[in-house]
Amino acid sequence: MSIKLEHINYIYSEGTAYEKAAIKDICLEIKEGEFIGIIGHTGSGKSTLIQHLNGILKATSGELYCNGKNIYEEGYPMKELRNYVGLVFQYPEHQLFEVDVMKDVCFGPKNQGISPEECEKRAREALELVGLKEKYYTRSPFDLSGGQKRRAAIAGVLAMHPQVLVLDEPTAGLDPKGRDDILEQISMLHKRTNMTVILVSHSMEDIAKYVDRIIVMNKGEVMYEGKPKEVFRHYKELEKIGLAAPQVTYVMKELKEKGIPVSDDATTVEEAVEEILRGMKGAVK
Amino acid sequence: MIRDITIGQYYPANSIIHRLDPRVKIVCTLIYMISLFVINNVCGYALALLFLVFVIKASGVPFKFIVKGLKPIVVLLLITVLFNLFLTGTGTILFQAGFLKITDQGLRTAVFMAVRLVFLIMGASIMTFTTTPNALTDGIEKLLHPLNKIKVPVHEVAMMMSIALRFIPILLEETDKIMKAQIARGADFESGNIIQRAKSMIPILVPLFVSAFRRANDLALAMEARCYRGGEGRTKMKPLLYKNRDYMAYAGMILYTIAVVIVGRVLSFHVWIF
Repeated sequence: MSIKLEHINYIYSEGTAYEKAAIKDICLEIKEGEFIGIIGHTGSGKSTLIQHLNGILKATSGELYCNGKNIYEEGYPMKELRNYVGLVFQYPEHQLFEVDVMKDVCFGPKNQGISPEECEKRAREALELVGLKEKYYTRSPFDLSGGQKRRAAIAGVLAMHPQVLVLDEPTAGLDPKGRDDILEQISMLHKRTNMTVILVSHSMEDIAKYVDRIIVMNKGEVMYEGKPKEVFRHYKELEKIGLAAPQVTYVMKELKEKGIPVSDDATTVEEAVEEILRGMKGAVK
Repeated sequence: MIRDITIGQYYPANSIIHRLDPRVKIVCTLIYMISLFVINNVCGYALALLFLVFVIKASGVPFKFIVKGLKPIVVLLLITVLFNLFLTGTGTILFQAGFLKITDQGLRTAVFMAVRLVFLIMGASIMTFTTTPNALTDGIEKLLHPLNKIKVPVHEVAMMMSIALRFIPILLEETDKIMKAQIARGADFESGNIIQRAKSMIPILVPLFVSAFRRANDLALAMEARCYRGGEGRTKMKPLLYKNRDYMAYAGMILYTIAVVIVGRVLSFHVWIF
């Protein structure tokens, strides 16, 4: 169970004056149960890339295999692919339309042909998971606050029970607590159900904290790919393309420069704490 | 998907036609259109064609783009040609089948009508290809300025026009985004009968309207926050000023008009004699 991209190219408005290559020659493999982070400067092709994963954009050239089957082959069941890969777009709250939150979350499962009772069960689970209180279920989605709308919209995709969940900047514009809540829940879901998660984010801290593997996009191409520690080692190159390493990595680097015996590749606060404690013990001895 | 539709199709380039004052382009397009309907002989159309080819060459817009603009009027063109061809009663009959007959006059009108329409669309699309929508509304505002005297709110109308034009690509993009999001949630816009299909538009239309109102609201607030109070006493950051090339374009247009009039006169004179 995996998604494999081979030499995917996508050109916007091909054949007009506004022709623009959005992604160039992307080769990737996404394995089952991975937690992947995609980072990149605005306009680097992240959003275009992830829209290929459930077949909403068709590559100008290249092949995409889902569980070994080529999705561009004639007769491939796109609907199944979309049930398999759930995509949460940027600002998903702009897609809400139903009269109440419950119905809106049921929209996805309903389209999958699931019975109304089961739909509601799934919707409740999903809403609980994103931390939306029961009193909101019967309210109009347009009466909710921005953060609550976002949760409802994410629940709308989770209720479809995708095996691969793709989130395009799910926390943009949320307060720190809302951000941590949502990411924690998704991380828990990932661990519990072995769901594959692909997270697009501008927050290096979030990426470092949750993901197993990072993909760095630059000008439509994959620039780096690897474990957070490996990728953030290239922090100088990342800075050149408008990105950075997590703040704590910079702290560790300065500590090391000041002569404190710590390794400088910690990417999360927890790691840094451990590393400093270890370093201090070493110094005391 | 939907983004591939080009509306208000501006073709970015840096040609002499692009740099002309929008007022020049509007006035010249109007004169050119009128000339197409005044001309009624082959020489006149040859002149119009020459003028059109010259302007297209000077604009640097690829010919295939201009031809593409003709696609939507193909049906209209066919209807016009067929009606004129078969239903013009006067003139010598060339061909007859039942009540349908083709006369030499009918043929003539049909061909002229087709040429007129094609030139008309090409001429107008040259203007939209070389002028940004904003420049166009600026030009219209300036041209209609005298109407202010008889209490026509020219500035407000122009402002509404430019806002409407500005919102077309935004709303198209928004529609595209919402459509994708709903497709990702398993929505189906293609199958089913007409009622089911109309129903399946609701998940797009509701968010689209909500977002259009939200944007309109935001824009109004942003304009008021910057003290927008309508057109009175308002100056422009880039006022439209005629330059030498604009006067030259006007001169060229006058020459063209004179040529069209002369060709028309001389030819009708010949027809009169023989």
